[in-house]
Amino acid sequence: MAPHELRRPFKRPAISDQQRRRDLALIRQTQQRSDSQNRARRLASSLFDLPSHSFPDACQADFPDNVDVGYAIALEQSPELEASSPTVRHLDFVQASKLKGSAARHWFARQLMLTEWMIDVPPNLDRDWYVFARPAGKRCFVVSSNGSTVSRLRNGSVLHHFPSSLPNGARTKEISAPSHVYCILDCIFHEPDQTYYVIDMVCWRGYSLYDCSAEFRFFWLNSKLSETGACNPPSTYHRYRFSVVPIYDCNRIGLHKAYTGGFAFVKDGLLFYNRHAHYQTGNTPLALVWKDELCSQYVLDTDSEGHVPAEQQVVLELQDDGKLTTSDDPPILFGCLEKEIIQKAGNFLRFSVIDECVRIVDGKLELGDLKFVGKANRARAFADSYSKVFFQYTARHSPLQFQDLIASLDPNLDENSESNDMEMID
Amino acid sequence: MMNSIFSMSLQITQLLLSAQSADGRVRSAAEETLKQFQEQNLPHFLLSLSVELADDLKPPESRRLAGIILKNSLDAKDALRKADLTQQWVNVDASLKVQIKESLLLTLRSPVSEASQTASQVIAKVASIEIPRREWPDLIGRLLANMTQPDTPATLRQATLETLGYVCEEISPQDLEQQEVNAVLTAVVQGMSGVQESYKVRLAAVRSLYNALDFAQTNFENEMERNYIMKIVCETAVSEESEIRQAAFECLVSIASIYYEILGPYMEALFSLTANAVKGDEESVALQAVEFWSSICDMEIQIQDEYDGDDVRSSEGYHNFIQRALSMLVPMLLETLLKQEEDQDQDDSIWNLSMAGGTCLGLVAKTVCDEILPLVMPFVEGNITKPDWRSREAATFAFGSILEGPSIEKLLPMVHAGLDFLLNAMNDQNSQVKDTTAWTLGRIFEILHSSNCEYQVVTPSNLQRIISVLLEGIRDAPNVADKVCGAIYFLAQGYEDAESDSSILTPYLGQIISALLWTTDRTDVSSSKLRSSAYETLNEIVRCSQIPETTNMIAQLLGEIMNRLGRNVELQILCSEEKEKQSDLQASLCGVLQVIIQKLCTSDDTKLIFLQAADQLMALFLRVFACQSSTVHEEAMLAIGAFAYATGQEFVKYLPEFYKYLEMGLQNYEEYQVCSISVGVVGDICRAVDDKILPYCDGIMTNLLKNLSNSMLHRSVKAPLFSCFGDIALAIGENFEKYVPYVMPMLQGAAELCANLDDNDEEMLEYGNQLRRGIFEAYSGILQGFKTSKAELMMPFANHLLQFTEAVFIESNRDDAVTKAAVAVIGDLADTLGPSIKILLKNANFHVNFLGECFSSEDDQLKETALWTQGMIGRVLAS
Repeated sequence: MAPHELRRPFKRPAISDQQRRRDLALIRQTQQRSDSQNRARRLASSLFDLPSHSFPDACQADFPDNVDVGYAIALEQSPELEASSPTVRHLDFVQASKLKGSAARHWFARQLMLTEWMIDVPPNLDRDWYVFARPAGKRCFVVSSNGSTVSRLRNGSVLHHFPSSLPNGARTKEISAPSHVYCILDCIFHEPDQTYYVIDMVCWRGYSLYDCSAEFRFFWLNSKLSETGACNPPSTYHRYRFSVVPIYDCNRIGLHKAYTGGFAFVKDGLLFYNRHAHYQTGNTPLALVWKDELCSQYVLDTDSEGHVPAEQQVVLELQDDGKLTTSDDPPILFGCLEKEIIQKAGNFLRFSVIDECVRIVDGKLELGDLKFVGKANRARAFADSYSKVFFQYTARHSPLQFQDLIASLDPNLDENSESNDMEMID
Repeated sequence: MMNSIFSMSLQITQLLLSAQSADGRVRSAAEETLKQFQEQNLPHFLLSLSVELADDLKPPESRRLAGIILKNSLDAKDALRKADLTQQWVNVDASLKVQIKESLLLTLRSPVSEASQTASQVIAKVASIEIPRREWPDLIGRLLANMTQPDTPATLRQATLETLGYVCEEISPQDLEQQEVNAVLTAVVQGMSGVQESYKVRLAAVRSLYNALDFAQTNFENEMERNYIMKIVCETAVSEESEIRQAAFECLVSIASIYYEILGPYMEALFSLTANAVKGDEESVALQAVEFWSSICDMEIQIQDEYDGDDVRSSEGYHNFIQRALSMLVPMLLETLLKQEEDQDQDDSIWNLSMAGGTCLGLVAKTVCDEILPLVMPFVEGNITKPDWRSREAATFAFGSILEGPSIEKLLPMVHAGLDFLLNAMNDQNSQVKDTTAWTLGRIFEILHSSNCEYQVVTPSNLQRIISVLLEGIRDAPNVADKVCGAIYFLAQGYEDAESDSSILTPYLGQIISALLWTTDRTDVSSSKLRSSAYETLNEIVRCSQIPETTNMIAQLLGEIMNRLGRNVELQILCSEEKEKQSDLQASLCGVLQVIIQKLCTSDDTKLIFLQAADQLMALFLRVFACQSSTVHEEAMLAIGAFAYATGQEFVKYLPEFYKYLEMGLQNYEEYQVCSISVGVVGDICRAVDDKILPYCDGIMTNLLKNLSNSMLHRSVKAPLFSCFGDIALAIGENFEKYVPYVMPMLQGAAELCANLDDNDEEMLEYGNQLRRGIFEAYSGILQGFKTSKAELMMPFANHLLQFTEAVFIESNRDDAVTKAAVAVIGDLADTLGPSIKILLKNANFHVNFLGECFSSEDDQLKETALWTQGMIGRVLAS
């Protein structure tokens, strides 16, 4: 019988480069097929999400401040955008990142998911919610694309422009990701250790996570972020460190850990996220913030000088017809302004609450008469939300206490909380 | 009817003889008539062939051809053709089949050995169809009767044993009852051991045992039977006749891999048996004895792989035979290394004891890792300086053979200590020593050298010397130069994944490239092997070079290779040998161009160099294509793929001229590699020019559809054909509409085929996975292509696609690429059809579990695709 076929080439290191070329060609074709299909997949979602006629204009000039009204109209005119899907609001970040100046500010100012303040304890806290400590600092969006990283504050203005190890976050040789690769992280910039604490992941490598549950987003965040080296100490191509925040199941143990546990950052209250909720831009009751003196230095709002005023102050938006409203959608009406003041007023005005005038009717807060203090800080892009005003009011009078949160937990579930306690970070 | 058969049989002898005539006209006329008979009345044609074969009065030549035609009417290499032939046979009238089979069994009795041997092969082919279908239940019994009846002539016993062997080779163990297996084994073993049996009968018996071993599972589980079989095989291994000994050792090799786990009690005996054979027997026997140990190594390596890092030695199935025999086995193998033939390196087809021994030594090293070193290194050190060239060559070969297996920590000091010696040995006065030395250097670079590795074999301080030795060696005899090319290839490969902008190899690249180009021009070489090695090494040099520091060099090389190709296509050649040489050189040159194009396109700056040369390059490729009239040059086609990707939209201008060659490539189903590459190039062009490919689509689609229906086309091309539909659909979008009526039935048919593939056959499993992936990629492309304007066209297929995807989800043999394509296609379906498939998606609930599975995968791309799909489904369900 013939010698073993497999063994024959031993002493002949036959470099079969032809087969190698065929194989490499196949790999290249497979990769490019997958790239172009992915491009088709994403291209379509941005067509769907982005009314294309509105952007070319927007890119040309630095728009007057009311440009976002133009956007709002454009958004409303597009029939698909009427659909209730959350992706509808997912404008194409790659294009948006090309926006400049106030157009960009206005656009980004609408993109964050904003927590409501916790006025009541939501039902099934232990079953449906996560809890985590909120790092003190500036809430911002971090977008990495085209070899750079930009962080934008809640009002849309740029906080930092820097290189990072996020995908496509720096112009380095190794990371030559295609330009459509971009990431959007929901972060809090913590000054003392110059770290971006990532509290949510909105897009990763060009894939939108808007339609995903918090459970999945947190899972993704925890499995993806560290892989990139973004959690490493700063270096030439990575100016700021990123870090994740430990997220707990909202049972007795989780609550205690978040509330009393020591963290690398200064705590500013607790955040509660409903695990089933998608990422929704604007205010949502499915993400809540709660604070008391023990876990936050900033329970009560400060005025423009940083002092806690004797009387509660609120910032409301002045509508054309003189109505004073919150930032909620739809806005909650808290009062009306007389004609002569309207003339000199900006969009956002600061008022003092007069405790004696406040009523709570059927669980609803009514402020009654307000005392005009002045224009709000120029950087303001939003009025206060209804829940914030309400929380601030109760914080001054009968605050919702940690014991109330604990008391709301289902004691039956607590039995096996030990084993259920899933820390999302080890 | 009898008359017609009779007249056919009268004619057929003459026809069969004429079909072997030296006169071409007579031959083709006879072939034509035979073909007509076959087409007019196949059953009778087969019958008359079998009658011809059985008739001892007919000439052996016509009988032999009758047998061959019969065999070819029952079996073919191509699976589809084979299925056709099987069906054809099954459809033959039962009584005719009985007559044919009786004729065949009768032929076994023929004293004309040509006839009986042919008949035994034909019987095996009939058996391969009928035994699994239980349509020839008495075959084994009838054959065995030949063995048990007294006074059976030796020729019949021989023919019967051969038939049993062939039958076992054709069918699988589950086709026989244990009783039948027992009887076959008894007959075979008796045939092997019978003292009164003739040499030919015993040889036939050992050879059929070889084929029957697979059936003996139950018998090997029984200790008594096992002992008996092993005893007989071992006795046969020391028979007088070397052919029988060789066949017995072949059985032992096979037993080593089939029944590894029961070998324990026999290993001592087997060791001395093999050792004696290796030391003193004829080479053909000794080779099998070495092969026995190689097979044991294969088994132990395979078991180690299955354990994948866990402590394999504590496992029950692992017997550690190699390690236990090590102290005797290694010296035995080292002895074989000294039995080189003179000039063995001049001939590539040579396989001798020293090569088998070195190969086995390499496997032993892989099996026992570090433990081999103390047993081999003294041999290396003791022999490498001896005056006798055989000692020096054997020492070097031993060292080169054991480099794969032991840990790099253990090897590195030895390699460091020996490297200088090896470099010096490239000046040995003996060519074979130099050949093996160059090979060993190549192995060192291949296995131990990587710029990213903690331990460095090649350092800035020894690199210069290495290069200068290699560049000197490349001027040596062609066989040495060939090994040196290999060494340079792997030296460069070590820098392929280098992370810095600069490679320490860069300063030497100019010299290396010149030396390689010089080598390709050598005229003292008889075969083209060295030249193509040199070009292939050049490819690796280009792949591993660092852009931008080598940009100029690569630009220069591009010019040089283009000049060479330009000169090549100018040649006016008529003789076919020269023509083949020209084509070989074109292959090498197009290969280098392909690699250069890809390299230059890795950065925008260097891409300019390519773009400037693009028109000229294309002109050259077109000239290469024009050199052949019936087919297209495979390497040129591969280069076109890279070219199209690199030029992008600009490729449109080349399409009018290039298209005819693309079509020619697509039509070349005989050379399936050419066809396959051409299909891939269609995809590249689609991605390059998008809907500008539209004017050519009718032609392309016609060819693709034809290929799909062509049963002669190698099946490995079928799946890429489907993927290619996806590429086209994605490129031309709504214009794909007119192909839907043709493509969709193909996709649905292929989906059904996937469900019916034999999942016991590993090749079919892989084929099934390729098909599934191709089908999904086709759907993905079509769905995405139709999304903006013709989504509704896909609505009628949504349900089928979901069902198919679910079937694939359930399929246990699905591979990762299929999973990825399947999960993507669900997303595409949701993305394209939107709310209109809400109910379908709600009913096809499997996607929840499917996505869950994907999310728990380790594969990031898969998770990301699944995430996207989840988003798309979420959007539909929320609508």
